[in-house]
Amino acid sequence: MVPLSYYLILSGILFACGVTGFLIKRNLITIFMSIELMLNGVNLSFVAFAAQWHALSGQIFVFFVMVVAAAEAAVGLAIIIAVYRTRETLNVDQINLLKL
Amino acid sequence: MTPNLHLWLIPLLPLAGAAINGFLGKRSSRQAVSTVALVFSGAAFAMALWVVSQFSSLTLPYIETLAPWIRAGAFQVDFAFYLDQLSLIMLLVVTGVGFLIHIYSVGYMWEEGGFYRFFTYLNLFMFFMLTLILASNYLLMFIGWEGVGLASYLLIGFYFLRDSAASAGKKAFIVNRIGDFGFLIALFLLIKHFGSLNYAELAHVISPLHIETHAGLFTAIGILLMVGAAGKSAQIPLYVWLPDAMEGPTPVSALIHAATMVTAGVYMVSRSHVIFDRAPSAMTVVAIIGTLTAFFAATIGITQTDIKKVLAYSTVSQLGYMFLGCGVGAFSAGIFHLMTHAFFKGLLFLAAGSVIHAVGGEQDMRKMGGLRTKIPWTFWTMTAGTFAIAGIPPLAGFFSKDEILWQASRVSLIYWGVGVFTAFLTSFYMFRQWFITFFGEYRGEAHDSHEHGGHGHDSHGDDHGHGHGGVHESPALMLGPLVVLAILSVVGGWVGIGNRFENFLAPVFHSTATISADSFDAPAVSTESTSPESLSPASKSEESGKNTELLFTAISVGAGVLGFLLAWQLYYRRPELPTEIAAKLGGFYYTVLNKYYVDEIYAAVIVKPLIAFSSAVLWQGIDRGIIDATLDGSAEGAREVSDSMRHMQSGNIRSYAGWVAAGAACIIVFMAWMAVGTR
Repeated sequence: MVPLSYYLILSGILFACGVTGFLIKRNLITIFMSIELMLNGVNLSFVAFAAQWHALSGQIFVFFVMVVAAAEAAVGLAIIIAVYRTRETLNVDQINLLKL
Repeated sequence: MTPNLHLWLIPLLPLAGAAINGFLGKRSSRQAVSTVALVFSGAAFAMALWVVSQFSSLTLPYIETLAPWIRAGAFQVDFAFYLDQLSLIMLLVVTGVGFLIHIYSVGYMWEEGGFYRFFTYLNLFMFFMLTLILASNYLLMFIGWEGVGLASYLLIGFYFLRDSAASAGKKAFIVNRIGDFGFLIALFLLIKHFGSLNYAELAHVISPLHIETHAGLFTAIGILLMVGAAGKSAQIPLYVWLPDAMEGPTPVSALIHAATMVTAGVYMVSRSHVIFDRAPSAMTVVAIIGTLTAFFAATIGITQTDIKKVLAYSTVSQLGYMFLGCGVGAFSAGIFHLMTHAFFKGLLFLAAGSVIHAVGGEQDMRKMGGLRTKIPWTFWTMTAGTFAIAGIPPLAGFFSKDEILWQASRVSLIYWGVGVFTAFLTSFYMFRQWFITFFGEYRGEAHDSHEHGGHGHDSHGDDHGHGHGGVHESPALMLGPLVVLAILSVVGGWVGIGNRFENFLAPVFHSTATISADSFDAPAVSTESTSPESLSPASKSEESGKNTELLFTAISVGAGVLGFLLAWQLYYRRPELPTEIAAKLGGFYYTVLNKYYVDEIYAAVIVKPLIAFSSAVLWQGIDRGIIDATLDGSAEGAREVSDSMRHMQSGNIRSYAGWVAAGAACIIVFMAWMAVGTR
């Protein structure tokens, strides 16, 4: 059986990849996907713990996260399309209307 | 059966008039404004007369409680009115003279701007003055006291565009505040030691107490009350505001600064006679202040050339007489003089206003002269007033002044001597004014060259419909009150014949008589003659006293006549002589001419250090240095912090993300550290 720590390390790596992508990427879609990556990193640690402790609640939580992520993806992609239509760019450095 | 007098209506009627004129007067015609003002002040006078008609059926003192005001434990103050012989006399004087002056003002102010404002203030003054008089406790009296000060301030500064009028108003207000401070402390002492401010309760509590042989509580309260009275009634050392108050329109000078408001101090001292009776030292202070003020102001009055300033100093001097009367325990004589003074000084001011009106706004007597034939009505009424104040029998001033001097002589001949000499000075400066103004040649400008247009003294530079036509008699609206007051100045003193006035007031000051009879000899002896029971055992000494009284009366009349003769000699027969005398006196003359430099001394000793202290320490030091600096510092600090924090809100999404990540990292580190700690 694969030890718990392996799952957690993988989960941490996935989450760190997400954060890094979120911070350094300029394309809005890439940033969006980085967020998904972070969510999945967290999901992985949930199911790992659930398998380790034989507790169902972690797995149920993952379903919730997936549902929320799907809803978020729908709304987020709609916003991205709307932004692209008005600004004709997806570079976050240029989407700065709220800047001081 | 005591009828319900509805005393509350008397002050409220003028207040209603003030409210109507104040809110609606600006858009109303002059006729409407003057009708409102006259109707409401006249109604107050009618109410006062009605009260007189009911007077015999009253049980005195008549107290009318309207509503509770302050109830704090045992201490309580109500909105309540108090009527006894003393307030009745004041009521009649204030409403009667006030109503006459209202009528006069309609004529006098007709051409002036701010007509409605003037009558609003005048009615407001009546309201506060009547509150002061009718109050049944010191606190309500204090409200009236402050209110008349306010009205006085507003009316002195009536021509507020003129700088001198505005600062005269401020001076009056500030000097009065100094007096009010003493008054307030006296009230606090009363609350602390007797737990009440009601006249009736205080009299009840204090009456059984003994006279203070050494200075004590009553002396302190008495002197503090006197400080308040000195502020309001323009006594040394707080008299300086009254001459400046002549900046106001002349009817105001007559009503507020001669006939009524300035006598509030005398009324207050008389009202507090229970306290003063028990504080002989305070009585002495009152008498000395009164005597000094009477003399001091009279000497200044001699040198003044402004017709209103002469009357102003004369008012200060006559108020000094009233305080002398109070100070020697002859409260009723003081009130008597208050009443006659209200008649003749109100008359003199109104007549002076009529003179000023006649010569087109000139106030300098040196530019008048020979007006006797040109304005005969004004001349004859003013003559009545002048003879009355000079103490020529049988006019009003003679009776009251003689009463005061006689009572003073029974306490100390020094009071009497200074008083008689002051009577001589009074007579002299009043006849001096009379001769300069009405006799000799007219020294004013040619009649048709009034470039300053109408009432230069009161002038807004408004267009005056008249006043250009040379010397002219005033309209009947102004002469009517003059004639009424002239008649009162002639006959007003007759009520004092045979001590009738004193006997009328005796119930108010009754406790004085009993106290003075059994234990104390110095002040307060005076009222012995008022109480019939003390007359009989002392009838023998009264007999010889009668002769002395006659002698003293003859001397004081002689002083008045001497003043007349001297003025006649100097200002009628040989008008060049006064200049020569003034030149001979040199420095002394200029000292008096400049009012003994009292204003300058006050400015140097009190005002300047105060301003220096205020600006250097209070303003620059405390206000700027501490209060402002603290506030500014904290505001600056908040601004600095916000300014640096502002850069976090860059609007750059990735930097937000960075902050979120950094925050999350911080939390993780913290959690890990906690986990390590608990292990």
